[in-house]
Amino acid sequence: MSELFPRKQVMGFVFSMVLTAVALLVYFLDMSFTAGMTVLLITAFVQAGLQLVVFMHAGETDDKGSIYTNIFYGVVIALVTVFGTLLILVWDM
Amino acid sequence: MEFFERFAIPHPSPAIYASMVAIALTMVAIVAGLTYFKKWGYLWREWLTTVDHKRIGIMYLISALLMLFRGGADAIMLRAQLAVPENKLLDAQHYNEIFTTHGIVMILFMAMPFIIALMNFVVPLQIGARDVAFPRLNALSFWLFFMGAMLLNISFVVGGSPDAGWTSYFPLAGTEFSESVGSNYYMIAIQIAGIGTLMTGVNFLTTILRMRAPGMTLMKMPMFTWSVLVTNVIIVFAFPVLTVLLAMGTFDRLFATHFFTTTNGGMDMLWANLFWVWGHPEVYILILPAFGVYSEVISTFARRNLYGYKSMVASMVLISLLSFLVWTHHFFTMGQGALTNSIFSITTMAIAVPTGVKIFNWLLTLWKGKIEITTPMLYSLLFIPLFTIGGVTGVMLGMSAADYQYHNTMFLVAHFHMVIIPGVVFAMLAGLTYWWPKMFGFMLNERIGKWTAWIIGISTLVAFMPMFFSGLDGQARRMYTYSESTGYGPLNMISFIGAVGLAVGFVLIAYNVYYSVRYSPRNISADPWDARSLEWATHSPVPEYNFAIVPQVDSSEAFWDAKKKGHELFKGEYEKIHMPNNSGVPFLMSCIFFVWGFSLVFSMWIPAIAATIGILACMAHRSFEKDHGRYISVEEVEETESKLRGAS
Repeated sequence: MSELFPRKQVMGFVFSMVLTAVALLVYFLDMSFTAGMTVLLITAFVQAGLQLVVFMHAGETDDKGSIYTNIFYGVVIALVTVFGTLLILVWDM
Repeated sequence: MEFFERFAIPHPSPAIYASMVAIALTMVAIVAGLTYFKKWGYLWREWLTTVDHKRIGIMYLISALLMLFRGGADAIMLRAQLAVPENKLLDAQHYNEIFTTHGIVMILFMAMPFIIALMNFVVPLQIGARDVAFPRLNALSFWLFFMGAMLLNISFVVGGSPDAGWTSYFPLAGTEFSESVGSNYYMIAIQIAGIGTLMTGVNFLTTILRMRAPGMTLMKMPMFTWSVLVTNVIIVFAFPVLTVLLAMGTFDRLFATHFFTTTNGGMDMLWANLFWVWGHPEVYILILPAFGVYSEVISTFARRNLYGYKSMVASMVLISLLSFLVWTHHFFTMGQGALTNSIFSITTMAIAVPTGVKIFNWLLTLWKGKIEITTPMLYSLLFIPLFTIGGVTGVMLGMSAADYQYHNTMFLVAHFHMVIIPGVVFAMLAGLTYWWPKMFGFMLNERIGKWTAWIIGISTLVAFMPMFFSGLDGQARRMYTYSESTGYGPLNMISFIGAVGLAVGFVLIAYNVYYSVRYSPRNISADPWDARSLEWATHSPVPEYNFAIVPQVDSSEAFWDAKKKGHELFKGEYEKIHMPNNSGVPFLMSCIFFVWGFSLVFSMWIPAIAATIGILACMAHRSFEKDHGRYISVEEVEETESKLRGAS
């Protein structure tokens, strides 16, 4: 019976609720802009990873290699775009 | 009456009224023709509702050819206006509208669908699949593209064309400087077509990764399939940027947000930046499948296997990554510092390395090959020197310091036409001629085809080489006229002659289709070119299930092995074949998208909301629909096969 209990999913659900609550604190507590953004960014990325792995089942099938390669490539492209844009329009303008 | 005033053209001319009449007459003629020949049912059953990748490919092809002539007509008008100094053929506003439309139509509604046409038709056949991974999504992709293209095309008779260039830079494209609905058309029509392209990307990525014939590992895929795989990776990563960018632009224009304004915290340069974050990978989305076509054609007609398969693959993968790292070279002069420009200069030059590897691989394939000059091969051989002219001038433009001299001149215009025409257009014409017998069961006339290739090849040089010189002399692009004292007159006249030559070439292509339909013999074999990959292993025309028995593959040239080395492609017995059902929903949903887009362009909120609900209803219908496809019985397969064997 215990194998049938979706322990991982329940834990994941609780953890995602905690992350949401932490993110909400930014609104209710009086934080500096930097601190607030840091909390939001960290909780957002952890949340996204959690959803992908626990609820969208990345890594549970035989094509997990291509799934993680895809995600990794996407992250690289996004970072290049964001930091490239910052370089062009802010840091080196 | 007030309601209808918004649809008026802000800048009318007799030519536009004449086009209105022509469009109305054409539509009446199409409806009357379909009714007279009782073809409505046929059109609906066989084409509008089809999910067959081959038919969708052919519809993409027809749309691309139509748009080629539309964009070509624009080009002729532009070159005619510039042919002599102080010309009065077009005024400044019309010139702006025409060069804008020429750019959008040629890139997004001609080159893209042409590539996707070949992709659709060829890739499932090359990998030995029965269809793409998501056949109905494929139909939706096509119809969204088609409706987007049509929406943009009606702009010049309803409400006015976009006039801010195909790059549509803000603040020029903002409401302050572009008051007509033209730029709304730009934002929304491209959005609709772009969503279709994104879906194609997802579809083909899945198809190639998951549906290859047994034995076909990634490194045993034909080179065209490899190029399409890499292209679709780029589509999946680049097109979301365009989607978001156009959504932000739409919000700026319709709802007065300030993403790209010069006031209230907006940043107009962000548009140029994000446009090219998408726009540069888009260049490689266009050129990589073209490289794939050349690889197929050159190895087929040099009668040799492709030289350097692994380095071809590696260079394409490298290009796909580098294509995301160079976008700043489109706006070196925008004002960012020397450090940024240097970084992007270096990445830009780096991309010439894998491209050079490919060029040398083709040359080495030709070396010691038994070259047979057919029309597709002629285009490929013309491509190598002409594309190199475009490529080398690209390296010149890539030097950021020197770019201050070339930027925004005809030199740039000459460069990208010398890349795109020999690169993409020649490849598409080569691919069209090469795969035509597989599509339609007869060949295009070789004599007319070769004449056409030579005329187009020479005219390309005549039309675009003078622009390099007038550009270095300082002729700015997008300038609708110039005075005689500038001395640009003779060079522009030569360009115009070249443009007329190109027009002659494209008319000859249409004539060739007509001539071949009438006179070309129909008793050709399924493999008329003596080719190497799987698409030639099935009958022509291809039965709807592609292969009666799924082929077994052992190398990247499985069909060549079967012909020369006794490899057994089709093992086993006929089995019943599972195929997807046709559906009218993609077509209807795209029609609703058209209404949605049109309503948004003119800020008509009630029909826009109604159309949004309609779109969501179509999606809900799909979610709850139970459709398990259908089976083709063994008897039916046997019957079709014996009939086609007799014919082919």
